[in-house]
Amino acid sequence: MSFLQVRNLSVRLKKGPPLLRRVSLDVAAGEVRGLVGESGAGKSMIGKAVLGILPPSIEVTEGEILLDGVDLLRLPLAQRRRRIGALCALIPQDPLTALNPSHRIGPQITDRLVDILGWTRADADRRAGELLAEVQIPDPDRVLRSYPHELSGGMRQRILIASAFAAEPKLIVADEPTTALDVTVQKQILKLIAGMQARHGTALLFVTHDLGVVSKVCQRLSVLYAGMVVEDTSVADFFAAPRHAYSAALLAATPKYTDPSAGLIPVPEAVISAVQAEVAAFDRSVAHG
Amino acid sequence: MAEARAIDGRSMVRRKAGLRLWLSAGWLGLLCVVALFAPWIAPKDPLAQDLFLGRLPPFWMEGAEPGYWLGTDSLGRDVLSRIIHGARVALAVALIAGTITCLVGATLGLLAGFLRGWVDLVISRLIDIWMAFPPVLFSILLIAVLGPGLVSIIIAIVVIDWTRFARVVRAEAMAQGAMDYVASARVAGRGRLGTMMREILPNVLPTIVVLLTLEMGIAVIVEAILSFVNLSISTDDPTWGGMISEGRTSVHQAWWVLVFPLVTLFLTVLAFSQLGEGLKDRFDPVLR
Repeated sequence: MSFLQVRNLSVRLKKGPPLLRRVSLDVAAGEVRGLVGESGAGKSMIGKAVLGILPPSIEVTEGEILLDGVDLLRLPLAQRRRRIGALCALIPQDPLTALNPSHRIGPQITDRLVDILGWTRADADRRAGELLAEVQIPDPDRVLRSYPHELSGGMRQRILIASAFAAEPKLIVADEPTTALDVTVQKQILKLIAGMQARHGTALLFVTHDLGVVSKVCQRLSVLYAGMVVEDTSVADFFAAPRHAYSAALLAATPKYTDPSAGLIPVPEAVISAVQAEVAAFDRSVAHG
Repeated sequence: MAEARAIDGRSMVRRKAGLRLWLSAGWLGLLCVVALFAPWIAPKDPLAQDLFLGRLPPFWMEGAEPGYWLGTDSLGRDVLSRIIHGARVALAVALIAGTITCLVGATLGLLAGFLRGWVDLVISRLIDIWMAFPPVLFSILLIAVLGPGLVSIIIAIVVIDWTRFARVVRAEAMAQGAMDYVASARVAGRGRLGTMMREILPNVLPTIVVLLTLEMGIAVIVEAILSFVNLSISTDDPTWGGMISEGRTSVHQAWWVLVFPLVTLFLTVLAFSQLGEGLKDRFDPVLR
C-alpha cells in the first residue's frame, strides 16, 4: 500500500467553480512523484490539501487523503495537525518569504522540534548543526546565529531543505522549490534535494511546471489540466511516449536550448479545446450523477 | 570603491536615524523627569495667584520680575511652573491611554487579520461603524456622559482611537499570514494561537511601536483639545490645553501665556512621532 493515497479529491472555491476534479494519485514510501501542469492547473492545491493548509476560502467537497492508511479528512482538526506534523514537511516555493525575518535561523529550525515534537534543546541544536552540514552550508554555527536577510536566496533554500528534513518526515511536499532561484543555483538545489531524498528514503511530492526538473528527480508523474489528472505514468514512459494528447503537447512545448532558432512552440489550440471538452464532459457527468 | 561608498552610505543613514532618536528620546526623557519631580523642580506654586504680578513678561523683556522665567498669566500664576505641572497630566494621558489603546486595537487587529473568517467580519464591520462617528463630537459626548476627569479622558481616547491600531495591524497581519513561513509553521503542527504569537506578532511589532508612539502624541493633543473646551480634569490642575485656552483670551496683552504651552505641546507631539520613526529605523529586522 502506498504511503500517500489521494482518492477522488475534489476541491472548490466556496460556492464557486471546482479547482480540483476527482484527483487520485499515489506516492509510495521513498518514491518521488512529480506534479506538472500550467499555472492554475491545481498542482500546488494538491500539496496544500495534503498538508492541510488550504486557504480558508477553499473547501474540500469530496474524496479521501490517506496518509499511512488513515484518512486525514476524517480526523478531528487537532489530530490531523499532529499526524501531518509528525509525518510530513514542506519545502516552500519562495525562499525569501519562507523564513521568518524576525527570528534567527537556529531557532527557526529547532523550536518546532522542541515545542511540538518534544526534543531536548541540546538534541535539537546538535541536529540543526548536522543538517546544515549535510546541505553543504559552510560555517553552520555562524549561519545558525544569522537572520534570514543576511543570507543569499540559495543559502536560504538550503536551510529550508535542511529544516524540512529535520524531524525525518516520511513525506515532503516540495512546492516549486527551484522556481524562485536562478538557473545555476537551481541545478545545485535539485541535486541536493534528490540526494537528501535518496539518503533519507523520504517520499516526495514534487510540484513543478518544469519538465526538465521532472526528468532529473522524479520516478512517477501526474499531469494536470484544470484540476484533472490527464495522465499518471512513470517518468521513463512519459518521456518515451506520452499517452495523452495534452501531455504530448506539453512535452513538445518544452524549449530546447540546443537550437536557439527553433523558437517557442505553444500548446496547439486543437489540443486545448479537446482537453477543455474533456473537463466539460466531466463536469456534466458530476452534475447529472 | 563602489563597495566602500555603499558602506559609507549605509552608516550615514544610520547616524541620521540615531540623531532623530536621541533628540526625541532626550526631550521626552527630560519631560518625564520634570513631570515626576514637578513639585521640587517648579520654581513657584502653579496655583498661587497674585493679582499685583499679573501678566508679567518673560525674563528677557522689560518689566520682567526675577523668578518668573516665562512670565505670569492674568491671575499672576507662574507660566513655567504651570507648564511643568501640566506635563504630569499630559504624560500620564499619553502613556496610559496610548498603551491601553494599543493593546486593545492591536489585539483585535491581529485576531481579525490572522484568523480571518467570521472574526474578521465582526471586527471589520465594527471598525467601519466606529469610524463613521465624528471623533471630536464623540469624545465630547463621552466625557459629558462619564463626567470630566483623568479616567474619563483615558477611556474616551481608548474608545475612539482603537480603530487606528486595529485597521493597520489587521492589514499587516494579513500580509504576514500569507507568507510561506506561516504555512511551514502550520504544517509543523503549531496551533493557531502559537503561530500568531510566534510567527506573526514579531513581524507586526515594528509597526505597532510606530503607531504606539504616534498614538501617545495624539493622546496629548486630544487631552489638550478637551482641556481647551473645559472638559478635561478639574479646572484647578494646570494642563497645557487649559493654559492655551486661557492664554487665547489675553493673547494681545500677554502672548507668552499662549505661546509657551503651545510650543511645549508641539515639541512633545513631534518628539513622540519622531521617536517611533527612529525606533523603527533602528529595530525593524528588514531595515536593520
